[in-house]
Amino acid sequence: MLAQKLKRLELTDVFIYLLGLGILAVVIVGSGATLVQAKYSARAWFDLVLFGVTLGSIYALIALGYTLVYGILRMINFAHSEVFMGGPYIAYFIADAMGKAGFIEQNPVLAIIIIFLVAMFSSTMIAMLVERIAYRPLRHAPRLVPLITAIGASFFLQYTFFRLFGPNLKVYPTFHMFDASIAFGDFKITYLQIFVIVAAGVLMLALHQFVQRTKVGKAMRAVSEDRETAALMGINVDNIIVTTFALGGALAGAAGVLYVLVFNQVTAFLGFVPGIKAFTSAVLGGIGNIPGAMLGGLFLGVIESLGPTLFLDGLGIAAPYQLKDAIAFTMLVLVLIFRPAGILGERLTEKKA
Amino acid sequence: MNNAKTFWMDAFKLGVVGGIAVVFIALLGMIEAFATRDIIADVIDMGRVLVLIAFFLTGHFAIARKQNATPVENISSAGFAGLVSAAFLVGLMWLLSAMPTMRTVFVNATPALLKTLLFGFDIIIASLGLLALGAVVGALPAVLRLVPVSPRRALISASAWVILIGLLQELLVVTLKTTEALEGIATLFFAKTGLSIVGAVIVFIVIVALGLWRDRYGTSVRVRYDNLPTLQRRATNGVLLLILLAILLALPAILGLFFSEVLVQVGLYILMGLGLNIVVGFAGLLDLGYVAFFAIGAYTVGLMTSTSKEIAFAGGFPFWVGLPVAIVMAAFAGIILGVPVLKVRGDYLAIVTLGFGEIVKFLALSDFLKPYFAGARGLELIPKPFIGSFEFAGPQQLYYLLLIGCVIVAFISLRLKTSRVGRAWMAMREDEDVAQAMGINLVATKLLAFAMGASFAGIGGAINASKLAIIYPHSMNFFVSINVLALIIIGGMGSIPGVIVGALVLVGLPEILREFADFRWLVYGAVLVLMMLVRPEGLMPEARRAMELEEFREGDTTAQAAT
Repeated sequence: MLAQKLKRLELTDVFIYLLGLGILAVVIVGSGATLVQAKYSARAWFDLVLFGVTLGSIYALIALGYTLVYGILRMINFAHSEVFMGGPYIAYFIADAMGKAGFIEQNPVLAIIIIFLVAMFSSTMIAMLVERIAYRPLRHAPRLVPLITAIGASFFLQYTFFRLFGPNLKVYPTFHMFDASIAFGDFKITYLQIFVIVAAGVLMLALHQFVQRTKVGKAMRAVSEDRETAALMGINVDNIIVTTFALGGALAGAAGVLYVLVFNQVTAFLGFVPGIKAFTSAVLGGIGNIPGAMLGGLFLGVIESLGPTLFLDGLGIAAPYQLKDAIAFTMLVLVLIFRPAGILGERLTEKKA
Repeated sequence: MNNAKTFWMDAFKLGVVGGIAVVFIALLGMIEAFATRDIIADVIDMGRVLVLIAFFLTGHFAIARKQNATPVENISSAGFAGLVSAAFLVGLMWLLSAMPTMRTVFVNATPALLKTLLFGFDIIIASLGLLALGAVVGALPAVLRLVPVSPRRALISASAWVILIGLLQELLVVTLKTTEALEGIATLFFAKTGLSIVGAVIVFIVIVALGLWRDRYGTSVRVRYDNLPTLQRRATNGVLLLILLAILLALPAILGLFFSEVLVQVGLYILMGLGLNIVVGFAGLLDLGYVAFFAIGAYTVGLMTSTSKEIAFAGGFPFWVGLPVAIVMAAFAGIILGVPVLKVRGDYLAIVTLGFGEIVKFLALSDFLKPYFAGARGLELIPKPFIGSFEFAGPQQLYYLLLIGCVIVAFISLRLKTSRVGRAWMAMREDEDVAQAMGINLVATKLLAFAMGASFAGIGGAINASKLAIIYPHSMNFFVSINVLALIIIGGMGSIPGVIVGALVLVGLPEILREFADFRWLVYGAVLVLMMLVRPEGLMPEARRAMELEEFREGDTTAQAAT
């Protein structure tokens, strides 16, 4: 019996490693083949990487929301993708009005600041509302319970937006100031890409400073370390949790606007896929770990943008770009299987048990 | 004095919450959508019933926690809460009539909504009327409190039954009209839409009477049944079971094509629900990618039986060859997907399985695998199952296939639950580490749960593929997984009758009430949250699970917080 059991255990491990090796082999052979065929110019590669970094910095911003909440409550805030969607969706109505009134043409900088503020405020409100209604009463429930409410809240929010504001695609007004680009020889970067990357970077830096330097940040870290002890030290845990949700929400709102600036339109279902990917980023970097989330976001963005062309094109797979989401999900699965603590995270393994 | 102030303040707060809720419902378009469905012909429609229910609930919650207030206080504060929430609706009404451009933002703020809210009156009269209605309906729960328990319960359930029967009018009329003798009843009870006034009154009185009778004599019947000798009790059970079976067998003939189709849908979800129930309910492994196994079952049967020329392999075998292969393939897929996630727990497991589900969908959709799976256009030319020359052609025939499938699967589930394996699953659900310490082989137990759950989904997928004769990979999405998950949560995780109830409520109702279908996902989301907040054990709870949840409710906080 025991021998049998040992054998079976080994078998599963062998299976897992074979799976990993298989995927690694595909990646290496695919990349090699693509590079040998040299179908793509250096410029094409540069564009892909740049797009990946742009997207990745947005993922990183969203990922921070997941990471912050996970760090404190040890739960996946499934509704975070809707927090991300809600901000730019509500800001759309302001943006649309400003666009129609010609305000964006006259005063684009002020317009974009207004859009950011509205979106961040709305997302923050949604995040706090979700926390208050769906999570707070269940703080001591078995783990499955808040996860299910989170899924429910996510669906509820999606379809609330869908029914409240209609099924149509909402197209954001264009900001012509972002159209121009800087060229470095053959390589070109648009202002929009610079703006997205810089804005995301500034926000992440601000968050990092907030968490490391301020008193509230210190309290957040304390609650994340040990809730009971923090409460005994006189920290109002409820307030800290709400602050955490609010911070994550504000970042998600900003990320939402950046995302919409890149893709130009909002729907009620905008959040699902970026949400999952941002979660993947958070896990990649080690969930609960703030620099990890940033790193994970960038990494995932680049892999997703580069992956289909680099890994799959060389293997002669038709329309590899269709599989970009499959690559992102495969990354998620692989990370969770092989390194659930993430690239930078080590704390999780001891905490989980 | 101060006390009275907080008293009114509380009522006001609840009135505000109720008011926001009712305005929200209006702006979502629910009132308008349901206004087309009469409950009692020419008297009231579902949209307005919704408004009344909102006022009633507002009043109910306003006094729910006030146990030692006087009846007058209760009635006035509940009425006040109802009035406040009605004021919100009146505000919306004035806003609608003053600012029709609202519609550019809130798509449901239409003139039709205004018309429904006006009840056909002038706006001033309608406002006053609504306020009065809010106060009266809001005060109703407080008034009802004065009534003794038994008649109160009878009155409330009678109102609920009138609404339900009014909603199901279409179904009931079709059913009654199949037998000529009953046609008279149909015309007496029902108008063109909804109940007739006479019908509503009769239903109400009958249910009240039944309720009162049950409260008085119900327990004695129960006691008499319990006192029967074992043999007789078994005989009674047997007779009841036979009657149930006869009804089940006769259903498609009675209900006709459309409702048989609804039943087939429900049956499919019962099959999948029973499967996921093993994974989530018994073993406690939250699987959000359950649709993957449904898809694998469907594609296996598709490839085995299709005669399409567009794909590399199309077996052209009969359904009965495809089905076992599909079951085996799905179970195998369950193991393949299960092995890597053996060490992944809780939330992570949910996300990994979600990832798997999406990967399967993306692969089926991709051009890369198009030569094998026919890509986004779908795998076509899948034949229907045959027995001899009997073809399971339409829903009325497929119903029997699903009935047999559900009965077998339910039987397997029931037996598994009390078996050694079932107990191992439940031990694992409660605590993996302890279960392992008790000598349970976690690897085998987990993989068996995944494989069993997957094979049930595979059956569902197989039947669905041959029912539709085509597989659309687009339909294999996350929503199917959530639908199945929602129905087992509503029914009660781990509970087999719960799965059936859940499927009837979450799959059957939206199919019958077409207006409801638009709000399906919205309501699912709300129901998932509310259910977890109010009744996490589900509608038909499983005893052991209810006990577990009871533990946390009683405030065993320190133990839980430590995890």
